[in-house]
Amino acid sequence: MNMFLWIAVGAISVSLIGFLYRLMKGPSTPDRVIALDSMGVGLIALVGLFSILFDSPFFLEVILLLAIIAYIGTIAFSKFTEKGVIIENDRDANK
Amino acid sequence: MILFMAIILPILFAVFIPFAYKTIKSIHTGWFVLVAPVLLFLFYLRFLSPIQQGEAQLASVSWVPSLDFNFDIHIDGLSLLFSLLITGIGSLVVLYSIFYLDKTKEKLGNFYVYLLMFMSAMLGVVQFDHTIALYFFWELTSISSFLLIAYWYKRDASRFGALKSMMITVSGGLMMLVGFLLLYVMTGTYSIRETVAQASTLVDSPLFTVAIVLVLLGAFTKSAQFPFYIWLPDAMEAPTPVSAYLHSATMVKAGLYLVARFTPIFAFSEVWVWLVTGIGLLTLFWGSFFAVKQTDLKGILAFSTVSQLGLIMSLLGLGGFAYLVTGSAVETFTFATFAAIFHLFNHATFKGSLFMVAGIVDHETGTRDIRKLGGLMSLMPVTFTVAMIGSLSMAGLPPFNGFLSKEMFLEAVLSLISADITMMTIAYSVPIVAWVASVFTFIYSIYFVWYTFMGTRKEDQLPKVPHEAPIGMLISPVFLASLVVLVFFVPNVIGDWLVKPATAAIQSTTYASAADIEFYIKAWHGWDAPALWLTVGVVLVGFLLYKLLPKWQPIYSKWPEKFTLNRGYDTLMDGSLNWNRALSDRFMTGSIRDYLVYMFAGMAILGITTLFTQGGFAISTDNLAPIRLFEVVLTIILIGSVMAILITWSRLTAVIALGGVGYTVALFYVIFKAPDLALTQLVIETISVALFLTAFYHLPKLDKYYKGKEDNRFRFGNFLISVAVGLTVTLIGISAYSQRQLTSISEFYKETVYTEAGGGNIVNVILVDYRGFDTLFEIGVLMIASIGIISMIKLRLQKKKKGAVTNEVE
Repeated sequence: MNMFLWIAVGAISVSLIGFLYRLMKGPSTPDRVIALDSMGVGLIALVGLFSILFDSPFFLEVILLLAIIAYIGTIAFSKFTEKGVIIENDRDANK
Repeated sequence: MILFMAIILPILFAVFIPFAYKTIKSIHTGWFVLVAPVLLFLFYLRFLSPIQQGEAQLASVSWVPSLDFNFDIHIDGLSLLFSLLITGIGSLVVLYSIFYLDKTKEKLGNFYVYLLMFMSAMLGVVQFDHTIALYFFWELTSISSFLLIAYWYKRDASRFGALKSMMITVSGGLMMLVGFLLLYVMTGTYSIRETVAQASTLVDSPLFTVAIVLVLLGAFTKSAQFPFYIWLPDAMEAPTPVSAYLHSATMVKAGLYLVARFTPIFAFSEVWVWLVTGIGLLTLFWGSFFAVKQTDLKGILAFSTVSQLGLIMSLLGLGGFAYLVTGSAVETFTFATFAAIFHLFNHATFKGSLFMVAGIVDHETGTRDIRKLGGLMSLMPVTFTVAMIGSLSMAGLPPFNGFLSKEMFLEAVLSLISADITMMTIAYSVPIVAWVASVFTFIYSIYFVWYTFMGTRKEDQLPKVPHEAPIGMLISPVFLASLVVLVFFVPNVIGDWLVKPATAAIQSTTYASAADIEFYIKAWHGWDAPALWLTVGVVLVGFLLYKLLPKWQPIYSKWPEKFTLNRGYDTLMDGSLNWNRALSDRFMTGSIRDYLVYMFAGMAILGITTLFTQGGFAISTDNLAPIRLFEVVLTIILIGSVMAILITWSRLTAVIALGGVGYTVALFYVIFKAPDLALTQLVIETISVALFLTAFYHLPKLDKYYKGKEDNRFRFGNFLISVAVGLTVTLIGISAYSQRQLTSISEFYKETVYTEAGGGNIVNVILVDYRGFDTLFEIGVLMIASIGIISMIKLRLQKKKKGAVTNEVE
């Protein structure tokens, strides 16, 4: 069982390194944003695996939080690449 | 206590002077002031008899008892002589100033407050037995002198002179303070008397010579010795009563007092005696030589003061030899001390009167320029008589007191040849220098009187129509001049009552009391006295040179301006200013990059050198945990992200990679079992990445703005510093971990987190319970940050509305 978990950790780590390569290489910003988002998902999986390995329930909150902020972060990046700003200023919009 | 009250009486008086000046307009404020010195003079006269019997007056007022700082007062012969000079000449000067300074045109309140402050300071200097108290009042004399010199503060020359005297005397005073502290280190006492008792054991101390030089620097700067005399001629911008009082009779003698007072301590060292004698003689010669060059009456008197102070200084130095020799030579050298004190008294009388004469001439003719003066004898007979008496006394002619002390001086320098001391070759040159200096003294004394009062009158060149001074202005100089004559005829009254007790105080190891001293001042030594023939020589050669003065006076203009000491002072002051400005311009570039370079380089150099020179570096593998695979992977991810930040040309990539670093750190928190940290880290990282992106729009693109530009090229220096800083922190981390000496306190938290605090989450309990105080202020920090952000945005918007003017100013 433990062996299996460690193999899973290793596999996710490898995929994280892959995402990291994409993050560094690019070539375009959306590539990097997606790499980061995927890294977030990979991290969720890793944290989950660690919780089992450490036999601890305390990291489940981390998983939830990661899921939320990975989502928010990706949305923010997307909006940024789309519009150049994250939070639109109402006065600017009215002009 | 009453002795202490006597010292601060003038300052207490000074408190009421402005009120008197403001409310009583009809009476000259000086009349109120006059009460203080006269009272004090009479008060100190009472001590003459007990002091002559050898009963020193002692008193002590507590100041800072825990530091052993006390106002210890010790009046012996030396202190009493000075106190009488200060109060006596002080009374005369105040009297003179009443007629000299105009009631309606001058700010008399200021003048008398400064003068009284100075009087207290000077009394303190000569009476305190405690070195710190002495230093305290010593600086008070510097400050009050500064204020008095700049009394006419609207003139540039006054302010320049005041600043110059302040700079020189205060820097000397500071040296002296260090000397005093060294003495304290050696003896463990601030008391001068107790230090004297230990004096003979101090010679072996390695600090002794340093202390000597430092204390002497204080004395030399104050007493205008070579090369520090340069402030005194510039201090002549002060009102004449001030010049007469401070810069001839009292303050410039504070250095002499200091030398005399410390002779029983320092004279055991040859350094002291030769320095004091040598510098004194050099000053004597230099001052007298350059006095002939001056064309300003007070300038001549200033240089003559410098020269006469040098004479007294050299005599005090010779007196110090008494501590180095044995047998009959002791008495020979003690005679030099006796002569020094006698001349000190004489100088105060004739120089005070001469300054007052210069003031009268200035007051009644409107100029002090000797080239415009002449033929005033018949117009100002009384002033002329006083000037004549003062000058001839200064020149060393009978029947005036200067003759007696000049003879004693020549006798004392001659005794150096016959004495058995080291450095005999130098000793032979001493009488020659002294004699040549005496010749120049003769020349400038005659020059002073003749050019002012004799010759043809040049009334067309004078701003005012000259006439005799009012009687009130003449009282003080006439009184002093009559003292000059009187002392010649009854010198031993002064000798017995004032000079001998002072000599006994300086030569305290030889003489227990004044009664043991058997010197007798006589005007006539017989035909075979060498000093007599030296004086005759002085008069003959001096008179000859005076007659030829127009022929050789031009040689002074040949002296290159570049090598004068004043030029040296100016160069030093301007140079230090320019040098410091250049230095700060060089280092204070205004570029934050440069400052960061200084800080990081300093941190790395200090950290690494300390680590390796103090033996702080250690590596121990005992406590290390095994490295797990996923830690390695996470580390690789972390390093990869960091490298991406460093090498990328896209700012967006850098922001994303920074997010990658943050999330990886969060993952590290997970695997090191810190769920709360991981939670917070994730949220904060997301917010800060979002903030970066918010600011992103306004930032220049890295590649467009910096790529290929000079500003952002790879700099090897920066690379080196960053590597060094990383290395420093890493090495310190390794060393600290390898040398843990105590077990962690966390066991306590683990055990008590539920029983004491009633919580399960140990991190949160620490944050809000065990160490909730830190949390409170971190909340405060966040609050300040948010208010700061709001105010920055809001205020900037308001400025924009007002217009661009303020922005341009910034």
